[in-house]
Amino acid sequence: MEYAIEMLNIRKEFPGIVANDNITIQLKKGEIHALLGENGAGKSTLMNVLFGLYQPEKGEIRVKDRKVNITNPNIANDLGIGMVHQHFMLVEPFTVTQNIVLGKEPTNKFGKIDIAKARKEIQELSDRYGLKVDPDSKISDISVGMQQRVEILKTLYRGAEVLIFDEPTAVLTPQEISELMEIMRSLVKEGKSIILITHKLKEIMEVCDRCTVIRKGKGIGTVNVSETNATELASLMVGREVHFKTEKKEAQPGENVLQIKNLYVKDSRKVDLVKGLDLEVKAGEIVGIAGVDGNGQSELIEAITGLAKTNSGSIRVNNKEISNFSPRKITESGVGHIPQDRHKYGLVLDYSIGENIVLQTYYKKPYSKAKVLNYKEIFRKAEDLIKEYDVRTPSVYTKARALSGGNQQKAIIGREVDRSPDLLIAAQPTRGLDVGAIESIHKKLIEERDKGKAILLISFELDEIMNVSDRVAVMFDGKIVANVKPEETNEQELGLLMAGSRVKAGERNQ
Amino acid sequence: MISNNKMFGILVPIISVLLGLIAGAIIMLGSGHNPIRGYVALWNGAFGDGYTLGETIRRTTPLILTGLAVAFAFKTGLFNIGAEGQVIIGWLAAVWVGLVIDAPMIIHLPLSVLAGAIAGGLWGFLPGILKAKLGVHEVIVTIMMNYIALFTTNEIIRSVLTDGKTTTESIPQTASLASAWLQGLTLYSRVHYGILIALFAAFLMWFIIERTTYGYELKAVGFNQHASNYSGMNVSKNIILSMVIAGAFAGLAGAMEGLGTYGSISVMSGFTNLGFDGIAVALLGSNHAFGIVIAALLFGALKEGAGEMPTTAGVPTELVDIIIALIIFFVASSYMIRWAILRFKKEEK
Repeated sequence: MEYAIEMLNIRKEFPGIVANDNITIQLKKGEIHALLGENGAGKSTLMNVLFGLYQPEKGEIRVKDRKVNITNPNIANDLGIGMVHQHFMLVEPFTVTQNIVLGKEPTNKFGKIDIAKARKEIQELSDRYGLKVDPDSKISDISVGMQQRVEILKTLYRGAEVLIFDEPTAVLTPQEISELMEIMRSLVKEGKSIILITHKLKEIMEVCDRCTVIRKGKGIGTVNVSETNATELASLMVGREVHFKTEKKEAQPGENVLQIKNLYVKDSRKVDLVKGLDLEVKAGEIVGIAGVDGNGQSELIEAITGLAKTNSGSIRVNNKEISNFSPRKITESGVGHIPQDRHKYGLVLDYSIGENIVLQTYYKKPYSKAKVLNYKEIFRKAEDLIKEYDVRTPSVYTKARALSGGNQQKAIIGREVDRSPDLLIAAQPTRGLDVGAIESIHKKLIEERDKGKAILLISFELDEIMNVSDRVAVMFDGKIVANVKPEETNEQELGLLMAGSRVKAGERNQ
Repeated sequence: MISNNKMFGILVPIISVLLGLIAGAIIMLGSGHNPIRGYVALWNGAFGDGYTLGETIRRTTPLILTGLAVAFAFKTGLFNIGAEGQVIIGWLAAVWVGLVIDAPMIIHLPLSVLAGAIAGGLWGFLPGILKAKLGVHEVIVTIMMNYIALFTTNEIIRSVLTDGKTTTESIPQTASLASAWLQGLTLYSRVHYGILIALFAAFLMWFIIERTTYGYELKAVGFNQHASNYSGMNVSKNIILSMVIAGAFAGLAGAMEGLGTYGSISVMSGFTNLGFDGIAVALLGSNHAFGIVIAALLFGALKEGAGEMPTTAGVPTELVDIIIALIIFFVASSYMIRWAILRFKKEEK
């Protein structure tokens, strides 16, 4: 059997950590091969080794049965290996064609770029694989899903035979995800081979032929997808039994902790995005806000946490008006916030984990006294938290930037929950995380609920909303249009409510 | 274990200086001079006897302070090109207070020094508040503030402090940093007590940045304004504070010149360059207080030693400017040096 690519017994070390330890992955020609592992398991490292960004300490790489030495990405390109990165590498003001030819511009005999020729070639590629990309659109004008297809075209244009997709669905809507699956199928039908890096089991079951699992940097093995199931894959990945359904007791709601009345918030373009919203969250309950992205959820969170000004209406926490308070005053009023964008808001990436742990408390005892920081206390606290929340980091002195997304998130959650706020706002707390991490984060949220805290969960994943919430508030066009119990509804009904097409009689703005 | 970043922070400047000196030697060879004689002359010109040593320290003093002024703002993500203007305005204020106030030394001297710091701080405050409240880029504003400082100061010297003259009277003894004792030790160089103030300022910067909640906030704002806002810090306040403290450091540098070296202020035909050299000092010192002291000493020594090169080695003084420029070039292109170090380390394995 000839393999398109073989990576045999790869070992890659970084100072203080073995990122890949004896990992083998063999990609057959014409298959979609999943590379499954938790955040920080070493998937990206392995692919960067294949792509020539890192050099392995041990092991060998074979392409079509020939040993190769990939020392930089250009060699990988020449060998027909293309990577579709998770974070797109596109020039926004350029057109699709300009982006695709960048670095490999076709020229006529006078040395002028022959854009017409490139355009034609790109159109052909797009038609052949059903990508439906318009070569003349500007990147800044097309959707995220389209931008990803431009990345795919970029690799095809450079003659890629093997495409590596690095967590391609993290940024896509459900509709775009199913389109991507179609595209991947048509790619293999045309003889390409695909490595799909992911931690989403659903996608593997749906589209992949085989699956290689790595755990904590070690290769666990390769399985045929047709002979396995999601539960088995999950336990292979995490190394223990995984429960998809979170166990929880009946909620015991108490007093109102958060009470929002007739709230209006404008966005940066001075357009009303929250329009007369009413919402209550009681002590000891988790309220999930379900809604399609862009219906005012971000503005609502920003208004509660003081990051945006409100126009009118009232926000009360523990019966105290907090609207238009400074973020610090709101934090001190007992509000914790796990932000949606952990890199932009949640962390100072160039600070150590320890310094990030005290981001809201550094000015208080025992972390500082008379304005002088006590680093011993700060790092001791951080040591405790990383142990309690299973944040995997070489040390508390490591920069937050160096951690994987899941571990960064666990650190943020540890920090917010540890302050023991009466109201905890969790905005997409599990975005981009693997099942093991998701499970532990859901457990933490429910634990906090059981301690009598009020929790407001915002998520675009209906599974998560249905699984964790005690009550679901559906948000549409800047308002809460329905309050339902998860056990009394289903995804279809929620989907309709989220689209604004039907409002349950008598439950509106309850 | 020492982290990679720290190691680079120390190694890159040292290697850059060595490369700069080697390149300087090659240039001397190429232009028909003896590089060994040239560097011996440079060394003797900077550290040869008590006098040159004193003058080297005198030159180092304001460079430490302007280096701190640039580095401090940089920690908050701000590029303070205005150290130059802050120096001039600090110089003016210090001499002004030195001339018009009549008080015993224990009050007069601290007051004059403080006046320099406050004036410099004010010169930093304006770009700071414009940046914080209106988003005006601090580079543009500080560059313009340099010219305002230069020409305003010249006019004040001519029409307020004197009667159309180009130099003010000397400040009285009670406001002077000059030290007969230090001068005696150094064969009557112009070294003054200002070096102690500069060293204390360097310690102060290190302490504020590394050990206090102020430094924690300033750095956080420099790294990520969104996260700083999220965590309840006042981003505007920190930007302004950073520029004010940076300006105060540069203002102190001016006070050193006015109260220490010259004892007066003269109409200037162009910039002092102390502020601009401060950018180079901060860069070479990796924006770290201790590194800045070392880098300022190096620059002070190079500039002082250059004077000796034409007379004893026949090498033109401009060569030192070339060496300084090359050192800066090598620091700025540290990527090459990092790459070389990493290659070297790997092969060792």
